[in-house]
Amino acid sequence: MKSSVITFPGSNCDRDMDVALTKFGFKNKMVWHNDQELPKSDLIVLPGGFSYGDYLRCGSMASKSKIMLSVINFAKSGGLVMGICNGFQILVEAGLVPGVLLRNKYLQFICKNVHVKVDNKENSFFKNLDKKVLEFHIAHNEGNYFCTKDQLKEIEDNNQIAIYYCDQNGNTNDQINPNGSIKNIAGIFNKEKNVLGMMPHPERMIDESLSGEDGSIFFKNLLNNIK
Amino acid sequence: MKVSAVITLKKDVLDPQGKVIHETLDGMGFNSVNEVRQGKYFEIDVKENDPKKAKELVEDMCQKLLANLVIENYKIIETQ
Amino acid sequence: MLVNEKIAIEHGLKSDEYKKICKLLKRTPNITELGIFSAMWNEHCSYKSSRIHLKKLHTKGKKVIQGPGENAGVIDIEDGDALVFKIESHNHPSFIEPYQGAATGVGGIMRDVFTMGARPIANLNSIHFGSTQHKKTKNLLRGVVHGIGGYGNCMGVPTIAGQTSFDRSYNGNILVNAMTLGLVKKDKIFYSKAAGLNKPVIYVGSKTGRDGIHGASMASASFDEKIEEKKPTVQVGDPFTEKLLLEACLELMSGDSIIAIQDMGAAGLTSSSIEMASKGNLGIEINLNKVPCRETKMTPYEIMLSESQERMLIVLESGKEEIAKKIFDKWNLDFAVIGKTTNTKNIELFFDNEQVANIPVNTLVENSPMYDRKWKKSKLPKKNKINKTIFKSLKIKDTLKKILSSPNVCSKEWIWQQYDHTVMGDTIQKPGGDSGVVRVHKTDKAIAATVDSSATYCWAHPLTGGKQVVCETWRNLISVGAKPIAVTNCLNFGSPEKEENMGEFVECVQGISEACKYLDYPVVSGNVSFYNETKDIGIKPTPTIGGVGLIKDYKKMITMDFKEIDNIILVIGKTEGHIDQSLLSRIILNENNGPPPEVNLFNEKNNGLTLLNLIEKNFIKSAHDVSLGGIITAISKMCIKGNKGIQIKKPKFLINEVEYFFAEDQGRYLIEINPKDLKEVSKILDKNSVHYDEIGKIIDKEMIIDQKTKLTIDELKSYNTNWLKSYMV
Repeated sequence: MKSSVITFPGSNCDRDMDVALTKFGFKNKMVWHNDQELPKSDLIVLPGGFSYGDYLRCGSMASKSKIMLSVINFAKSGGLVMGICNGFQILVEAGLVPGVLLRNKYLQFICKNVHVKVDNKENSFFKNLDKKVLEFHIAHNEGNYFCTKDQLKEIEDNNQIAIYYCDQNGNTNDQINPNGSIKNIAGIFNKEKNVLGMMPHPERMIDESLSGEDGSIFFKNLLNNIK
Repeated sequence: MKVSAVITLKKDVLDPQGKVIHETLDGMGFNSVNEVRQGKYFEIDVKENDPKKAKELVEDMCQKLLANLVIENYKIIETQ
Repeated sequence: MLVNEKIAIEHGLKSDEYKKICKLLKRTPNITELGIFSAMWNEHCSYKSSRIHLKKLHTKGKKVIQGPGENAGVIDIEDGDALVFKIESHNHPSFIEPYQGAATGVGGIMRDVFTMGARPIANLNSIHFGSTQHKKTKNLLRGVVHGIGGYGNCMGVPTIAGQTSFDRSYNGNILVNAMTLGLVKKDKIFYSKAAGLNKPVIYVGSKTGRDGIHGASMASASFDEKIEEKKPTVQVGDPFTEKLLLEACLELMSGDSIIAIQDMGAAGLTSSSIEMASKGNLGIEINLNKVPCRETKMTPYEIMLSESQERMLIVLESGKEEIAKKIFDKWNLDFAVIGKTTNTKNIELFFDNEQVANIPVNTLVENSPMYDRKWKKSKLPKKNKINKTIFKSLKIKDTLKKILSSPNVCSKEWIWQQYDHTVMGDTIQKPGGDSGVVRVHKTDKAIAATVDSSATYCWAHPLTGGKQVVCETWRNLISVGAKPIAVTNCLNFGSPEKEENMGEFVECVQGISEACKYLDYPVVSGNVSFYNETKDIGIKPTPTIGGVGLIKDYKKMITMDFKEIDNIILVIGKTEGHIDQSLLSRIILNENNGPPPEVNLFNEKNNGLTLLNLIEKNFIKSAHDVSLGGIITAISKMCIKGNKGIQIKKPKFLINEVEYFFAEDQGRYLIEINPKDLKEVSKILDKNSVHYDEIGKIIDKEMIIDQKTKLTIDELKSYNTNWLKSYMV
């Protein structure tokens, strides 16, 4: 299976994502933001980092990059696109997934392990996943998901919420919400469920020596789903 | 009464954000930009009805909290 | 503008220094030249008060590839890999503007490391603030932490360890010391020594603005009263540009275009160009009109002294300009050929077709002033006689609670959760342990790093304190299973013009040197920060040591969390009951006098190496060094981390229970072993003449000291974790 990771100026989880995808069997290519064409891919990943320094609004300037036109076309034609952390922010700014990501409620960067609940498995990203709660890792300053009431209704009606912040038993509540996101939303799909944006970093959880191994479960499952 | 204040970086202080915004605008085809400087805008509703006093109050806030005078300037732009 | 002695003094030069300049030049310098001299001859660049003593540091060793004198030190970590690292202070700017001061400190030290061709793989920091009651402390702490995170996180380099302390002596002078480690192939290290004639000198990175031009010139007559507006002295960091600069430099370095490279740090273009020329025994000619400027009408003086961040100076191989330019264009960075190397051994500057400076390089470097300042030897304070009845009145539980929740012991999670400590996907020990540990990407090796200082001990007796802080970092590395290799030091002191402060400096350096030599743990890089004083009140002497060690197989790394119920806990090293200068003495007994605990270098080395041997043999399940707050504090942290309890045996020693639990004797560790290994472990310890006591065994969720004194792990946790969070709300 072929994947492509886009490097924007200021991306800094591009290498980590490359390591993870390669580890689980993807043939991965790195793509520079100024390129116009995407290599033939089964999956496009927008990695984490601080594209353009997070200046103005996180992801705003990367969403205007040359390559994003191709990414948008790829997504519109049903290709799988995943944005992690800053990648999620870019997807939001590009209009590929609804909502916005505001500054964390407590106005601080947060780097820690969190649990997320996977509710919706009718999509290529989480189909066949045999765990309901995953331990992931977050590291962000602007992950506070927000959308209007109408949007939220639409998102819920379309079953677009991908993952929620929860405790280790899968309970979602305010106490466990690390950044103030509406409804504890940690990740969201587009209507068609071929575009996923999420704040947590599965690529940092791919080895028992690191923060945990639930990222491995996610990537292995993802590869099997695409095959 | 509402008082508005704008905080900007001093003239010679580097504005990394402004610089990158400028470059992106260029890239999008807005070629007529000379410079972009980013600042902060505050709207402060104070319990004071005398415009002069209200202005002074906000000025004091700018000096003591809202602006870091080492690198920033402030300007009271309107009172209403 | 005409230069005279008055203007020279306004530039921070002494009267005789100015006379020396005139003599060396055989004429009066012009204003640009004076600016260059004042920058090169100030304490920061010339080390004029410290040089004579720094020579005494132990800097050699089998693993040392590059010692002090380059942008950073380099050590051999085998298999063709080398580790580049250094610590540096950014104290004064951080007090004025905590966010930008701390951020640019982090940016500067990362540049020092990647200038040498190394990709930064970890950041550490040591930050010190005034009393927690002081009105500025909270905002300074918040600003500094945001600044460190803001820069490091954006660069995508994990911040893996650090130290935070509070002490009244920092009320008017906080300390921000930042350290970076970088990884490079041994045969791809870059240095600042220029070589060859007529080689192009290249400027890359951000544009030059009026940032940080030293304040002295403000007094000169040519500036109008709007001086504040014109002369910002605090630099603003741009981590985004630095990230691009990092990637662009590493890309260029993968080829063979670079002869020498130097980052523009303090004194910007001045010190970088002179450094390169001096090391290569060459001259450099620069056309200042070619320097990319951010502001209009910048003068040669301003261009040379600007401290704008995120800039580099490179001497290229002739003919490689196009290749290099392409790379910097790709990363959207400024690139300009601004000059060339010459055989004149002078630095020659041109502006608007006129020569604006012409100075022999050696006058700026070799002939810079060096002072052997007067210093006062300190005496070892007399031991306090503590009335033992006071100990009887102390309840262990209450005392432990106070210590665990005291600002200098409590958990710093609030701080390090704001630092991205997992980016790059190789962090295998996060902040909060004895050392941070990162794997060497795609290998089985790992690097452990720690940073420490003990201002209280250094203040009480500088010589002992200097030794102690080196040993403390040594123990931190051993505790995670790393073989200590080398250190970097950041020497923060008050004014060298005061005999007491100079004495503290000299004796701390001596202590550091003795310990480093004995432990074969050389100093490979560092920096000195003097004049940390406000209104005549100086800081406590604070030499900060950053220690680095190697773990050959990362799977053998040790952590401090208790692992398994029924395992046995041993205390390695002898507990004599030294209470003076301990946390107990200072915050419970309110006694600030007395000597610090004695440092026995033989025991330190012997205990440490023996423990490493036990780790190598897989006997050690968890380990933690005993430091601030003594044995009971160390045990509490192991309980908290492992979420397990301990049944403590009553110590059968002559000393009092309080002394046993809270004393800060040096050279000690706590280790966890399986009961079945006790015999074998005892044998090894005995054979190496290492003193040890069995202190207890691991149980579930409770610390039981005696029938009356029990604490749950949740209690311990809440004592330890709540203070900082509630302080910062």
